[in-house]
Amino acid sequence: MTSARSAARWHWKNPSVIPGFGLTLGFTLAYLTLIILIPLAALAWRSASLGWSDFLRLVLDPRTLAALRISFSTALIAAVVNVVFGVVAAWVLVRYNFPGRRIVDAVVDLPFAIPTAVAGIALTAIYAPNGMIGSLLAPLGIKVAYSPLGIVVALIAIGLPFVVRTVQPVMQEISQEVEEAAASLGASRFQTIFRVILPGLTPAILTGFSLALARGIGEYGSVIFIAGNIPFVSEIAPLLIVIRLEEFDYGAATVIATVMLIISFLMLFLINFIQAWSRRRFGYEQ
Amino acid sequence: MSNERFKNPITESAPVRWALIAAVLAFLALFVLTPLVIVFTEAFSKGWEEYILALQEPDAVKAIRLTLLVAAIAVPANLLFGLAASWAIAKFEFRGKSFLITLIDLPFSVSPVISGLVYVLLFGANSVLGPILKSHGLQIVFAVPGIVLATIFVTFPFVARELIPLMQDQGTGDEEAAISLGANGWQAFWYVTVPNIKWALLYGVLLCNARAMGEFGAVSVVSGHIRGLTNTMPLHVEILYNDYNVVGAFAVASLLALLALLTLVLRTILETRYGSELSAGQKH
Repeated sequence: MTSARSAARWHWKNPSVIPGFGLTLGFTLAYLTLIILIPLAALAWRSASLGWSDFLRLVLDPRTLAALRISFSTALIAAVVNVVFGVVAAWVLVRYNFPGRRIVDAVVDLPFAIPTAVAGIALTAIYAPNGMIGSLLAPLGIKVAYSPLGIVVALIAIGLPFVVRTVQPVMQEISQEVEEAAASLGASRFQTIFRVILPGLTPAILTGFSLALARGIGEYGSVIFIAGNIPFVSEIAPLLIVIRLEEFDYGAATVIATVMLIISFLMLFLINFIQAWSRRRFGYEQ
Repeated sequence: MSNERFKNPITESAPVRWALIAAVLAFLALFVLTPLVIVFTEAFSKGWEEYILALQEPDAVKAIRLTLLVAAIAVPANLLFGLAASWAIAKFEFRGKSFLITLIDLPFSVSPVISGLVYVLLFGANSVLGPILKSHGLQIVFAVPGIVLATIFVTFPFVARELIPLMQDQGTGDEEAAISLGANGWQAFWYVTVPNIKWALLYGVLLCNARAMGEFGAVSVVSGHIRGLTNTMPLHVEILYNDYNVVGAFAVASLLALLALLTLVLRTILETRYGSELSAGQKH
């Protein structure tokens, strides 16, 4: 497949007997440009046409800053929880045999398949003060729905599969001989897990963490029902974009979106960097 | 310590194993299964008749129709794109390939709300294109075309992502053999490539469809929330919920939940039967 690029002349495509390169790549690029790149460019252009002083004024608006802070901090907490439970879930699914394992494996993907608005109203019904779990927590003084905690709960509920599905395939490739070697050299099981297995999984765990975090920052449907949406307390950045749009304040909506996108893209590049590094360092694919 | 020498050195002790399994089951029950169960218990809280009536309500029927229409356009469009992109990327070596793959994944890291916003900025009333569209009597934003575009945006990578790693792993040998035996490009594609990728293709289409029918944030921004005209099922759920029509909201939500369950069941069947043909790693 990788025929050597031996020709001295620089060319951007290796020769092949298979036809259709021009047609398929042309269609791919045209479709990508029309659907994704031009609309995103419209956002960038709109943002750039504001000028620095307006851009900064809109970014530094206290309500915008509060919404960005709430989005990023709740997504961070939820991603950390998801890493802990996601790694344990992947381990249980890869290593242990127990009745119903296949079903549990399928259930992990449920948050991928269930529409966010459905998850949102269901979680609100459960965690509202008169709900199934909310009514148990209310006497303890814990308020989940209509508070920042509700945002975290919703983001935990949708973020788990990102960690499990990134870590699981890498875990499957770990050779148990390494663990036998560690054990035969006198390592306890605890030492083997924390000093032999987990370091090898770190890149995959970080990737899963970044994916869950990126999803959590941008999430809208599952959050807005449970959050209560109180400005400066539980109002997330994507909701503030919607509110600004409804006020026809396109400038503010554009600025919030631009700041969110810049941070998300930086994370995407970080993910790609981590993946490339993990392949070089450990030799297994993501 | 008496049974020290019988201990398996590469697994945890039984109590630890069961504790971890229990923790995972409790976590999934709390965050994933309970919400699913609640959808159905709330939908049926006033009995079957109320449930059926809620689904026969005219606005609900229109929302279901619109959702089916949007998916019927968005899914084939992204299927065609997925096939073209995976053919170009998997069957040829060219510069900039990994950058192209990164661009294809881009919509996954864009908030759904922003996916909707970009189309409002591009086609909305005070955009550059807005006056031109208006003079031709075309409405994209706050109308069905905008909903379709936003849905295509958010479901853009699904089919391509399933196909690219698999086709890269399968290599070009089969197609080269077919062509050296006299097949043309279309024949190689239909009789050689498609049979090799059919289950992954179906899997990608299932995921794409589930997301297309369930998309909320992007569609919410471009729809304008016009009842009976630009409301898809998830948007209709929101309206009913905000109207305190709990049974109605959960009844429509239960249809979407059923779609999610059906997707997962089909996924599990596909993975059990054709696991090796679904993912990269093994050929055939």
